[in-house]
Amino acid sequence: MIQVGTILEEKIFYVDRAILKAYADASGDQNPIHQNEEFALSVGLPNVIAHGMLTMALAGKFVTDWAGGSVAVKEFSARFVKPVIVPADQKVDLTVSGVVSEVDGERIKIDISATSAGVKVLGMSKAVVVK
Amino acid sequence: MLNPDSVGRTFEGAESVTVSQSEIDAFCAVLSENNTTVAPPTFSIRITLEQSQEILSNPEIGLDWSRVVHGDQRFDIKRPIVAGDTFKCSSTIENYKVAAGNEIVTVRSDLHSEGQLVVSTWSTLVVRA
Repeated sequence: MIQVGTILEEKIFYVDRAILKAYADASGDQNPIHQNEEFALSVGLPNVIAHGMLTMALAGKFVTDWAGGSVAVKEFSARFVKPVIVPADQKVDLTVSGVVSEVDGERIKIDISATSAGVKVLGMSKAVVVK
Repeated sequence: MLNPDSVGRTFEGAESVTVSQSEIDAFCAVLSENNTTVAPPTFSIRITLEQSQEILSNPEIGLDWSRVVHGDQRFDIKRPIVAGDTFKCSSTIENYKVAAGNEIVTVRSDLHSEGQLVVSTWSTLVVRA
């Protein structure tokens, strides 16, 4: 039974430069900070960073896998507190977990946590699903 | 700096946008989502980002898009997006403030298909000082 405090089992996604390119094409966000290391460094970033919206989309996949598909999600929000840093030729983790924070009839609210390399990347992330 | 007169104003996207199955497929592929009959919950950013970028880059509004960082994002989804949906996008500058020299702008975008509201999104954009 789903109730306040029910834990959604942690899942690890892996992010590399190839997925950043694929997401840039799929989303239309071709900002070079997500693909070009030289450019990213020139604007003061530590390296190429993932699109915040890719991080959020993967957190969304975590939610939809649990809730029974994309159709389940009614509300979804996140704050981009730190970037996911993606060095060349590496796969970095995006570790996502969740807990049910509210149950209101058929609507279930989930508080989502997401970290990469141990650093919190999404803040105040919540989803409302109908499972 | 953003023109303060633009706060509270709603801007209509110039053209309607039709979602194709191949666009949904590409978005799903990135997420290893096998069910491509509906779009993933964040798919609408593909439409709203471009539209709000176009609107906010208007010289009359004055946002310096080259210095924008995405602060937060929210979706209110009435029903999932499917291939064949044709959207009209309207964007409203809901909130604007300056904090520590950074401009913080909240833009709401509504996507309507055949007169029905399908998705509302709120994007908070930070224009770095």
